[in-house]
Amino acid sequence: MTVAADIPTAGPEDQPRSGNRAWKKLKANKSAYVGFLLVVFFVSIAILAPVLPIADPTATDWGAIRNGPSAAHWLGTDELGRDILSRMIWGAQASLLAGVVSVLIAVSIGVPFGLISGYFGGWIDQIISRATDALLATPFLILAIALAAFLGPSLTNAMIAIGLSAMPIFIRLTRGEVLAVKMEDYVEGAHAIGLSTPMLLMRYILPNVFAPILVQATLTIATAIIAEASLSFLGLGQQPPAPSWGSMLNVAKNFMTQAPWMAMWPGIAIFLVVLGFNLLGDGLRDALDPRET
Amino acid sequence: MLSFIARRLVIAIPTIFLVSVFVFFLQKLLPGDPALVLAGEERDPETLAFIREKYHLNEPILLQYFYWVSGMLRGDFGISLRTNQPVLELIGEKLPVTIQLAVMAMMIAMIIGIPAGILSAVKKGTAVDYAANFVALSGLSIPNFWLGIMLIMLVSVHLGWLPASGYESPFVDPIRSLETMIMPAFVLGTALAATLMRHTRSAMLGVLRADYVRTARAKGLREKVVVLKHAFRNALLPIVTLSALLFGELLAGAVLTEQIFTIPGFGKLIVDAVFTRDYAVVQGVVMCTAVGFILMNLVADALYFLLNPRMRTAL
Amino acid sequence: MRKSLLAALFLGATSMITPAMAADLRIGLQEDPDVLDPDQSRTFVGRIVYASLCDKLVDITPDLEIIPQLATGWSWSDDGLTLTMDLRDDVTFHDGTAFDAEAVKANIDRSQNLPESRRKSEVKNIQSVEVTGPHQVQFKLKGPDATLLAQFADRSGMMLSPTAAAAAGVDLGAKPICSGPFKFVERIAQDRIVLEKFADYWNAGAINFDKVTFLPIPDTTVRLANLRSGDLDMLERLAATDAASVKGDGSLQYEEAVSLGYQGITINVGNGDRANNPIGQDAKIREAFSLSLDRDAINQVVFEGAFAPGNQPYPPTSPWYDKDHPVPARDVEKAKALLKEAGFDSLDVEVQVANNPVQTQLMQVVQSMAGEAGFNVELKSMEFASLLSDQSAGNYQASQIGWSGRVDPDGNIHQFVTCEGGINDSKYCNPEIDALLDEARTSTDLEIRKEKYDAARDILNADMPLIYLYHVTWIWALSDKLEGFKPYPDGMIRLENVKFK
Repeated sequence: MTVAADIPTAGPEDQPRSGNRAWKKLKANKSAYVGFLLVVFFVSIAILAPVLPIADPTATDWGAIRNGPSAAHWLGTDELGRDILSRMIWGAQASLLAGVVSVLIAVSIGVPFGLISGYFGGWIDQIISRATDALLATPFLILAIALAAFLGPSLTNAMIAIGLSAMPIFIRLTRGEVLAVKMEDYVEGAHAIGLSTPMLLMRYILPNVFAPILVQATLTIATAIIAEASLSFLGLGQQPPAPSWGSMLNVAKNFMTQAPWMAMWPGIAIFLVVLGFNLLGDGLRDALDPRET
Repeated sequence: MLSFIARRLVIAIPTIFLVSVFVFFLQKLLPGDPALVLAGEERDPETLAFIREKYHLNEPILLQYFYWVSGMLRGDFGISLRTNQPVLELIGEKLPVTIQLAVMAMMIAMIIGIPAGILSAVKKGTAVDYAANFVALSGLSIPNFWLGIMLIMLVSVHLGWLPASGYESPFVDPIRSLETMIMPAFVLGTALAATLMRHTRSAMLGVLRADYVRTARAKGLREKVVVLKHAFRNALLPIVTLSALLFGELLAGAVLTEQIFTIPGFGKLIVDAVFTRDYAVVQGVVMCTAVGFILMNLVADALYFLLNPRMRTAL
Repeated sequence: MRKSLLAALFLGATSMITPAMAADLRIGLQEDPDVLDPDQSRTFVGRIVYASLCDKLVDITPDLEIIPQLATGWSWSDDGLTLTMDLRDDVTFHDGTAFDAEAVKANIDRSQNLPESRRKSEVKNIQSVEVTGPHQVQFKLKGPDATLLAQFADRSGMMLSPTAAAAAGVDLGAKPICSGPFKFVERIAQDRIVLEKFADYWNAGAINFDKVTFLPIPDTTVRLANLRSGDLDMLERLAATDAASVKGDGSLQYEEAVSLGYQGITINVGNGDRANNPIGQDAKIREAFSLSLDRDAINQVVFEGAFAPGNQPYPPTSPWYDKDHPVPARDVEKAKALLKEAGFDSLDVEVQVANNPVQTQLMQVVQSMAGEAGFNVELKSMEFASLLSDQSAGNYQASQIGWSGRVDPDGNIHQFVTCEGGINDSKYCNPEIDALLDEARTSTDLEIRKEKYDAARDILNADMPLIYLYHVTWIWALSDKLEGFKPYPDGMIRLENVKFK
């Protein structure tokens, strides 16, 4: 969460060409490219889950309970004899969805609040800022647990809980960026020629805060995926029989000695996809940073 | 300086007030009737009625909030509905445990993160830099709780080197205390090491470009001396401030780690309290963490302000 | 600074040595107990600690016979309204207060009148307690009560020091003073409860440990790892799926006892609007649901065969079990036919279940079995606290829940199916059942009681407000250094005559 502080602002003069150049820089950055590939890989299997030639993730087989990896079940079977590979693939859907949707929630609430707070200042800013402080003062996971418990255990509710808990970072980030951009000459100029406030926000300020928000969002997806896994691990996320990596781990921990593979695969998958988003986010930050051209 | 702190304190008061409002109303919105949980398996109606009355569960919610806040101002955080212990006593009992865990985790994070950060800054762009960065990011990307389970399986169950759970106070049995805490501290420290490493790297990169480092190099000093004596010393400031801030995140990270390793600290206290609807405990612990977090921020800011002359003129 | 560190190191070194010298027993518990006051406590796990801390008026044998503990003997008046009890005269409480008839009177009074008491319903049939001698009391009852002695074998019969109870009042749980084999030393919530040997215990000869430490370790894998590494000497509630590995481990012992309780699915038949659905209204559909389940297979899949399949509130091994209604074999065809008869080819049923891995695994098996008979079971996974309140408020169709079990059969059935029963969340109400179960609890004649329970079973099996599934087996794993442990169906750990080899 502290990484928010050192995200650069793209200057307005970079805007027209920056997309193209950023993409080139991103591709040249090997580790970011690895991250990009990891993300693409997991996103594709998540999307392709319904058409891949895999077993039904909820089909139980009581003759094959907790079997190790074999030709029939490449990653083994779980406590109800279900194929772990297909549960992993369908679980990717739940985990990625949780990561993306919760960040969308956080962004779509956080950014407007940040814009308003930063642009208008005054008592609106005071209220929003103090509320943001209050939310930030409550540890992220504790807030998410409490919210998830309040909403009731389900994947949707976990996403809402994580989204709301991640929201204050975006408020604070956007507000800071707006404060910086507001002082720029061209914004003051636009104001002077009588552009309406919403137009001003949409046309000049939002594009300028877009880059840092994109970077933060990518990194927050990584945090959100871990948070979903944590909530599911506590029984507050995805509910059976539908799979998610976190809920698979929740069950697996009871069979650590008898069936260690049950815990291994989801853990590795979470690690790889989170690593992917972190690498990608880092790369984006470098690519969108105007200082290092 | 004083006015700076005073101003920050004034801002902190409405923040703390808002935290109390959030915590309280979120709690009240939780589904599940604490009286039912408390009445026991038999759920005797008479007992239910008594519990509702005793804990003001039937009264208007604003009044309940008033009882709670006025109690807190008098130093009475209420009692745990589950064990009848005063919440303040529970906090006093659990806080040192989590602080010990956090301090050990921080130490591990510093031992790993700072040298790795220096190394990768000095060797910027080389394989060493990439490797260090990759390891750091891996630390950030591994789910804490999974790493914990895996370590328990490997180190405790298969190898039998360390106890799988439990806690011992360092004042009673320092060796046992270390044995029980080292694994959770490591788990908690890995993610932190990554953050520290990355910040050390960027702080070092900034400093290494500075004039006085170039001058030192020009004087013909050995690279080791330049890096450690001149550069690192100056990069230390942001690192120290960051460490203070990271303590808040440590508290949050401790939630799951304590659950996995059965450590009777703050994190376990609050998770169990959420699940058993132990209102007073959840409220008390969150308030405490929030106030602690705000104070740590204040300390970090004050430190930065005090140690950094540029900041002072800027304000 | 250095000095204190050295001192700490020294202390550490000594405490590392002590376990080898003194007989310290370390027991792993599945949960952290609640308040340690028998009158206020409400958890099963708390009772495990009491078994070492607090003696009761009477105790049970593994076969559930009531035997003397603090009482030496008792007799009933002919009208069943007076119970006269003789008490031991060589008992003192941990604070030195002598145990006598006045103490018994004070304890019953506390169970009845302490506002926070959770025991009220258990002792509400006691009109008065009369001290008829220094070590003799008479309980005058409002009506005949066959369950009273069984209550005295549990928390209502635990005797607290009257002086300590009067002084501490509602806060007694911070330092409980009883008369059991061990006395309270300290408790750190969620970490440990430490007891030490009570030198003046009346049966001190049977006690072989100097100190007992209870350590709550919720994770079953971690609990077992602690036993294997020697950090624990014994643990309770081993996961059924770990049974095979413990049995195969030469350094561990395995002990088990089928519990007194049950697990099943409670159906909402009359608790508010949500009872108005086919499964709530039609007993045939409930029977179809029950027939669609293979209870043996459930036991094999989820518990590796370690538990006991069941279809009544008492396990098939219990003397109270009605053999005329054996555990039904799975019959999908009949289930389908019954469902069809009720007018459905398929039916949606929502079942709520606590969100822990074992219960959800169970219900996924149920879901898949019932599915083959035409039931589309939707699982509603909830935190236990929410599940309980929804169930109590009638906001459910069906709910997977269990009962930890009581020594007297009355405790497993009366409050669940009588019209005014305190835990009758299904809100099943049938005057015939009320009459039968009321008679069963008042008669002291075992045969008459059995007859009444069997008659009630005939009706309840047809109406089926609860679908019983299985009975938990308590499983203990012990280090092979221990000997003398006896498993009890109430799940308690009694340390008399247990010792290190």
